Amino acid sequence: MVGGADKPRTIHPLFVRVTHWVNAFAIFVMVLSGWRIYNASPLFGFEFPKDFTLGGWLAGALAWHFAAMWLLALNGLAYLAYGLVSGHFRRSFMPISLRGAFDDLLVAMRGHLNHAPGRYNAAQRVFYVGIILAVIVAILSGLAIWKPVQLQGLTALMGGYEAARVVHFFAMATIVAFLVVHIGLAVSVKGILAPMFTGRAEAQR
Amino acid sequence: MKPPRSERLSAFRPQIARLERRLFLKQGLSLGALSLLSGCTLKDDDAVDRLLLTMSRFNDRVQAALFDPAKLAPTYSEADVTTPFPFNAYYEEQDIPVIDGENYRLQVSGLIADKRPWSLGDLRALPQSSQITRLVCVEGWSAIGKWRGVAFRHFLERIGADLTARYVGFRCADKYYSSIDMPSALHPQTLLALDFTEAKYGYPLRLRLPTKLGFKNPKFIGEIFVTNDYPGGYWEDKGYNWFSGS
Repeated sequence: MVGGADKPRTIHPLFVRVTHWVNAFAIFVMVLSGWRIYNASPLFGFEFPKDFTLGGWLAGALAWHFAAMWLLALNGLAYLAYGLVSGHFRRSFMPISLRGAFDDLLVAMRGHLNHAPGRYNAAQRVFYVGIILAVIVAILSGLAIWKPVQLQGLTALMGGYEAARVVHFFAMATIVAFLVVHIGLAVSVKGILAPMFTGRAEAQR
Repeated sequence: MKPPRSERLSAFRPQIARLERRLFLKQGLSLGALSLLSGCTLKDDDAVDRLLLTMSRFNDRVQAALFDPAKLAPTYSEADVTTPFPFNAYYEEQDIPVIDGENYRLQVSGLIADKRPWSLGDLRALPQSSQITRLVCVEGWSAIGKWRGVAFRHFLERIGADLTARYVGFRCADKYYSSIDMPSALHPQTLLALDFTEAKYGYPLRLRLPTKLGFKNPKFIGEIFVTNDYPGGYWEDKGYNWFSGS
């Protein structure tokens, strides 16, 4: 990160921005193709509307899902490696406190956002670490479904094949719920979306 | 024979017939996804199709590498068996082929030494073994079934198959066809099943391998052949991943 009071600071490192948008694309494909796959054998008493799915039919959806999984996994691994090695995780996510996150949420509900450019508030820290964990669970439960024989230890860890399907579904549901809030805030709070492309904090702040 | 995918898939039959392989993505590109993917022109989805098929071939190789010939699928007890065991094929249950077991002969061809056809009696004279394993459908659901028959490796050895060949192919009485890789064919749990949960699901002969998805377990087998030329399969040729290992 570049310091300096006058020049615009880089608040989002290039590596984080690139992996963020690659991840956004991969998640988009995984979720929408996953909905189509779900529809082939719904776990619960509903189906996703066809117009909001990707792939056209089951074979197409599976082709998308098993292609984009590589993008999701490799991009995710690169992001995790960068975050750990560069100190990005330590600087941005630590210290982490559920109590602090709760306080921030209360503040947000009163119409204020405890938000400063280049610094995650306590709620953001908990949500961002949480979404990373949710994606990891989605990938692991997905592997457990994909390879219940070759990776049977992992499948057993998920509670067996059928339980792994349920875990996979709720990992997806968690990710989608996060996205509703995340995208809602990104487009409604002034001045926070552009820096995710440019890396620079808005000048007026 | 797509083992289990039954009513659901049959319900889609008209659409499936329409959606030939090269179209298999087109209808799903709602939500402006296409513009994200290929610069907005609807004509470009051939390139997207090619990319996805390339990835599917890549996934075939990854799965072949991941396949451990010694790793056994989990087995279950009689009490775990799913009853009734779901019927699944590309057609409705009332359209299953009716085969006369007395006159049935299994044809064997390709890279094998002994091309003599096999009667059911001949097959039953070979050593039999049984398994209770989970059949996982490409649709997502699964069911536990019991199968009994001849170890496929034993059968391939008996007919003098070239065990270094790449593929074993199957042609079935219901016009279904499929193929598997030789290492999966030689897996200790790959069975040429003569007795199944309910005989109508594949009588008189089906392949049962718990190391692959259900649709790689052809039913009503009429001919088995060994080859080095990629034989494809009914669903595989429509865009489903060929290896489809579990």
